[in-house]
Amino acid sequence: MAKRAAPEVNAGSMADIAFLLLIFFLVTTTIEVDSGLNRKLPPIEETEPPIIKQKNIFTVLLNGNDDLLVEDETMELKDLRQAAIEFLDNGGDGSCDFCKGKKDPESSDNPGKAIISLKNERETTYKTYIAVQNELVAAYNVLRNNRAQALYGMSFTEMEANANDVNWPGNKTKLKDQIEQIKLDYPQKLSEVQ
Amino acid sequence: MSKFKKKKDGGIPAVNTAALPDIVFMLLFFFMVATVMRQNSLKIENNLPFADQVEKLDKKDLVMYIYAGKPSDNYKQYGTQARIQLNDDFANVSDIASFIAAERASKREELVPFLTTALKVDGETNMGIVGDIKQELRKVNALKINYTTKKGSVLNQ
Repeated sequence: MAKRAAPEVNAGSMADIAFLLLIFFLVTTTIEVDSGLNRKLPPIEETEPPIIKQKNIFTVLLNGNDDLLVEDETMELKDLRQAAIEFLDNGGDGSCDFCKGKKDPESSDNPGKAIISLKNERETTYKTYIAVQNELVAAYNVLRNNRAQALYGMSFTEMEANANDVNWPGNKTKLKDQIEQIKLDYPQKLSEVQ
Repeated sequence: MSKFKKKKDGGIPAVNTAALPDIVFMLLFFFMVATVMRQNSLKIENNLPFADQVEKLDKKDLVMYIYAGKPSDNYKQYGTQARIQLNDDFANVSDIASFIAAERASKREELVPFLTTALKVDGETNMGIVGDIKQELRKVNALKINYTTKKGSVLNQ
């Protein structure tokens, strides 16, 4: 007896079912933001803070009208990054042999001593505050990238990306040491004062 | 005679829709994979600011979220001033300490030092409330924070 062919299943409504699911997921999807600026808050200490020379502090003030005051002078946001780089990379006391700054004795001694102090008022908008923080972090990143490029022929961001990449084939411990070295050369001393 | 008489030939043949389910499934799988179910339903406006020097927050389970912003349209009865939201409800600055303690208690002990606090704050919020949050976090020694931002240029916003 000849074998009867199985009747074909009607798949016409499969699209409808798939659409239903698709619309459900479309509606429930919120692509969550999971990136940002990492910072570390200073711990609350009872001890007196050490006295720091005025020339080693780069004061950035944001007032209630979102105006930017850098070292008591107004500045546009777009110039802040360059100003911060010049301050950090100054190398006034000559102990920093890799600094490319002007070696101005009136500005910071070396990147290890240079501190950026960011002050804000209660009325400052968060958006502006983040923009300023971003520029200051960018200044550190530029300097670290240059330093890493000179020492290891690779930018700092690239090195950090490699360190976090599980598939990176190179020597991780060595890379981590190199990252530490760069961080030591240009420590991120960014203080947020209330 | 009839106007609606079917033409014998020359009509456009029907488009073959056999591949339609495949296309829809493809989209479906994309959204299924990309979907992250929201942990908290927001009662505030949360339009994050932009920054371009961002680092990625990995280890999602080790992140505590603190939201702040103006109450959204459905919650206008809570005023127009920026408020803090913890978990699913509005909170005061003084509630942060207990929130952090509860989050820490829910994690394994050896993971507690790696906890990060992500501040998801609306761009139009005043820094006053953010300063209060930061001060409160310092009091409970939760020092690792992350200002969550969208990726983009800061100069042209």
